[in-house]
Amino acid sequence: MSAMTAAIHVSKLHKYFGKNEVLKGIDFQVDPGQVVCVVGPSGSGKSTLLRCVNRLEEPTSGQILVEGIDITDPETDLDSVRTRIGMVFQQFNLFPHMTVLQNLCIAQRTVKKRSKAEAIEVARRNLAKVGLSEKEGAFPAHLSGGQQQRVAIARALSMDPDMMLFDEPTSALDPELVGDVLDIMKQLAAEGMTMMVVTHEMGFAREVGDKLVFMDGGVIVEEGDPREVLANPRHERTQAFLSKVL
Amino acid sequence: MRRSTKRYLRQGGLYAVLAAVVIFLAVSVDWGNVHRNFWTPGLGDNWHDLILTGVKNTAIYTVISFALGLALALLLALMKLSDVLVYRWIATVYIELFRGLPALITILFMAFAVPIAFQWHAPGGTAGAGVIGLVMVAGAYMAETLRAGLQAVPKGQTEAARSLGMGPVATHVHVIIPQAFRIIIPPLTNEFVLLIKDTSLLSIVGAAVGQRELTNVSRDFLSSGSTAGTGTSLAQAALLYLIITLPLTRLVAWLEKRQQRAR
Ligand SMILES: Nc1ncnc2c1ncn2[C@@H]1O[C@H](COP(=O)(O)OP(=O)(O)OP(=O)(O)O)[C@@H](O)[C@H]1O
Ligand SMILES: [Mg+2]
Repeated sequence: MSAMTAAIHVSKLHKYFGKNEVLKGIDFQVDPGQVVCVVGPSGSGKSTLLRCVNRLEEPTSGQILVEGIDITDPETDLDSVRTRIGMVFQQFNLFPHMTVLQNLCIAQRTVKKRSKAEAIEVARRNLAKVGLSEKEGAFPAHLSGGQQQRVAIARALSMDPDMMLFDEPTSALDPELVGDVLDIMKQLAAEGMTMMVVTHEMGFAREVGDKLVFMDGGVIVEEGDPREVLANPRHERTQAFLSKVL
Repeated sequence: MRRSTKRYLRQGGLYAVLAAVVIFLAVSVDWGNVHRNFWTPGLGDNWHDLILTGVKNTAIYTVISFALGLALALLLALMKLSDVLVYRWIATVYIELFRGLPALITILFMAFAVPIAFQWHAPGGTAGAGVIGLVMVAGAYMAETLRAGLQAVPKGQTEAARSLGMGPVATHVHVIIPQAFRIIIPPLTNEFVLLIKDTSLLSIVGAAVGQRELTNVSRDFLSSGSTAGTGTSLAQAALLYLIITLPLTRLVAWLEKRQQRAR
């Protein structure tokens, strides 16, 4: 084990929705700079796990440390922790009443208290990174799904997060637009961004992932090197799942 | 008989009934009397000044009631959506109470009963107190509209804002409320039209001459000036109301259609 603090450390995490136990004791860790891909069948609790990490969902029990800070502790300033965790949603969730540039600036201004000029500078740098500089004045409704998702990534990056959470970022996209978004994620990974990615893109997991986590029925069934797990799944449930998606 | 012939006959019959009613009214009604009652010229010298003051006050009372009512409604709607049970409860009681009462009762309470009971002098006297009554009623109605608008903003919007570290207040101010207002512009414009008409209820509480709104002014002329005893002043006030409200109702229809298309 390395001596450095884990980016994300989850232990004994349980989550109930009413009487329905959706996460049944999850233990895992993401190291700084690591890209962890989470795969598994629908309803296995992947989104719920991801959303517990920045507490969009309230864990029922267990502990989640983000850079050593216990986010399940009521004393923790959640908003300040959240600025260090970028999140990208399946449905993009851009603010439709704001232009692309405003989407990228609003949290910088209200949360990071950056000056307008600084916020715009940061926003433009991140827009350039996702290749959408010419769209800064457009409204989200006038962008394709792929462009919207790239803007959403740029919006998260504008907060200078230490890590990024992705919840099926390409699942709502037309097939021909998936590549652009994956390319940006690959670039981010290459720059050393810590990433936790729920995805059905096994190619991405194999190529970019440092670790693959397979979930089913609210537990982690198997985890390991993506190339290893994808080539030689040890568990029956992993085999069954992979035989369907590969 | 062919089907088209049947339809032709039925439409002909409907037109015949209409023509009969029109002819009956034309011969049986005393049109001279009607004209005298609704449109006697010569309402007097100060009519124009007074009616303009009336229109101006109607506009002022409407805008004040709408603006303050909207602020109150936003507060009530946020309370109704709050996690705090007591807030939800207070908002519900308030909304049900003031939607359940006739607006006139609330206005009369505020104008006459409340000032005495609480030793309170409303700014603007009785008229001001009446306007406050109207604000209270408008707030209750618009609160439900606003609540629906706030709830219509997709959950993902809140989640995106919160995941960026924005607190609940910033999330509401910058993300939720602006989108909610866009959704409810048509029903809000509708509320505005209703308020224009409801300001006529203020005519009941009595006001200094310069504070009277359109209905009050025209009612004064029912019994004074050269047209006393006729409905001329009322008819002219009615026309002025329509000149203001009809374009706004068309605007609401247009806004609704545009919104449906955008969806
Ligand atoms: N807000 C909620 N209230 C109640 N039940 C929920 C809620 N969110 C998720 N669930 C339930 O929790 C279980 C896990 O859901 P989750 O969204 O985490 O699955 P997932 O692995 O992300 O699936 P998918 O691949 O379809 O996105 C499902 O049975 C779902 O019905
Ligand atoms: Mg999911």
